[in-house]
Amino acid sequence: MSKLQRKIYSYSFLVPAAIVYIIIFIVPTFLSFFFSLTRWTLSDWEYIGLDNFITFFKEPYLSIGFRNTFIYAVVTCGLKVVLGLLLGVLLTGALRIKNYLRSVVFFPTLVSTIAVGITFSVMMHPTTGLINETLSFFGIKGPDWLGNPSIALLSVAMVDVWKGVGFATVIYIAGIMSIPEQYYEALQIDGGGSWHKFWHIILPLSRPATNSVIILAFIGGLRSFDLIWAMTKGGPGFSTDVIASIIYKQYQAGFYGLSTAGNVILFLFVSLLAFPLSRFLTRKEVDL
Amino acid sequence: MSRKGRLLTIEIVSVALSIILFWVPLYFVILTALKNPQEAARMNLDWPTEIRLWQNIKEVFVFRDYMLVRAFWNSTLLTVLSIVVLTVVSSMAAFVMQRRQDKASPWISFFVLAGLIIPPAVVPTIWVLNGLGLFKTMTGLVLVEVALGFPFCVMLYRGFMGTIPKDIDEAAVVDGYGGYRLFFQIIFPLLKPVTSTIIVTQAVVIFNDFVNPLYFLPGSKNVTLQLTLYNFTSQFISKWNLLFTDILLITIPPLILFIFFNKRIVAGMVAGSVKG
Repeated sequence: MSKLQRKIYSYSFLVPAAIVYIIIFIVPTFLSFFFSLTRWTLSDWEYIGLDNFITFFKEPYLSIGFRNTFIYAVVTCGLKVVLGLLLGVLLTGALRIKNYLRSVVFFPTLVSTIAVGITFSVMMHPTTGLINETLSFFGIKGPDWLGNPSIALLSVAMVDVWKGVGFATVIYIAGIMSIPEQYYEALQIDGGGSWHKFWHIILPLSRPATNSVIILAFIGGLRSFDLIWAMTKGGPGFSTDVIASIIYKQYQAGFYGLSTAGNVILFLFVSLLAFPLSRFLTRKEVDL
Repeated sequence: MSRKGRLLTIEIVSVALSIILFWVPLYFVILTALKNPQEAARMNLDWPTEIRLWQNIKEVFVFRDYMLVRAFWNSTLLTVLSIVVLTVVSSMAAFVMQRRQDKASPWISFFVLAGLIIPPAVVPTIWVLNGLGLFKTMTGLVLVEVALGFPFCVMLYRGFMGTIPKDIDEAAVVDGYGGYRLFFQIIFPLLKPVTSTIIVTQAVVIFNDFVNPLYFLPGSKNVTLQLTLYNFTSQFISKWNLLFTDILLITIPPLILFIFFNKRIVAGMVAGSVKG
């Protein structure tokens, strides 16, 4: 690169962003590795080795977070992929009302998560909630959606899918619309039906969209906090606690070292699952 | 069944589902915001005997010494300031990151893109902000929003910058332009489509942000809209009408953005996710 070019594209352009990004994001990330090994009061710390991590794995009310975080991420991600693909196919098809449906499906993405959480927790009230009242109209006794520890996490996950599926859908719509017309023409000449069209053209060729949706939804699921916090605060008991909500609870309780250890665990969790996943997915994409 | 018949069936089914899944919850929110406390407590879809929307709005606003007014102001300030800083800072960074390739480039890209995946370390960030005297301040929260939104914005800007031919730069240099004049007078105006996309998507994200204000701006003086909503759930325990009036009021700004910029928002989100 010539000297002139270096002068025009000077790294001084990066300085304002770098200052903020390094101080507020990069430095705390590195610091978290150190502080996770301490008992920490913000003004003072004491090195205690891996004690925080051992506590995290040993105490049931903390270790339940691993299981829940994983389940939550897999369930929300899986449903967003399946429903997003279905809606994507539907909304790029011949329907005359697809513009209306696109708007309706997408709108929840823009609504505040807290508002969505509160609205649904009211509708999921075991006796007077709208959902169970409707079910009882048909003679079905609905469960206590958020009060029953064995289904509460899944109930929250359903609301997460309701809110997030619009995003998955628009990614799929973009992916499907970018498939060249010739493929469909070739299929028509060969006489394939709409099932063939889906299975042999849309599904394989919208693979990049699938990858984006999987990675975004999975990482989002691993990190999610606000919806769970607005709906159950981790309860009943600890049955809907995820790593992110445990980080907040330990922070509130003043266990800053333990909270930071939770952050490091989440960091490792996300990196160990998300990086190999994205590499695996993109390798497949090249093979295609 | 004929092709037309099948199409019609799918249309009817999907409209019915959209009404049940999306319109009913929205209707429920609006309806509850119209009611008096007793009727709202029944949590049903019955039409209210008296429409109290105006009175509810007044009560929500007056509550706790006009907390909601303060929250609207704070949320607006947070959103506007963060977006101004974000667009300037990210477009500048993206300019050099896209145009210049040398040994440092892959490292810079790596650190920036890592920000899309890595969950921010909460307590150490508080510690750093505290050390700088910025914890519990609007400035501190704006910086946090900028730092966390930066990777996404850079990605969008960099993608778009690739479509602006380098010939323009060369022509400008021949005319005696320096780097900064080239960027601010020629390149930045050309980025307008992507800038407007970033403004709308980030406006929604930051306006709706709950986690960062919760951690970095605690205290009732500085409350943001999402925090009022969250706090009201415990304070309005038997006043569902007021809680849902609050929800309705908070949903209006994103709704307006949605009505006017639907296409922009969708385009931005798709571009960001597919490139990432």
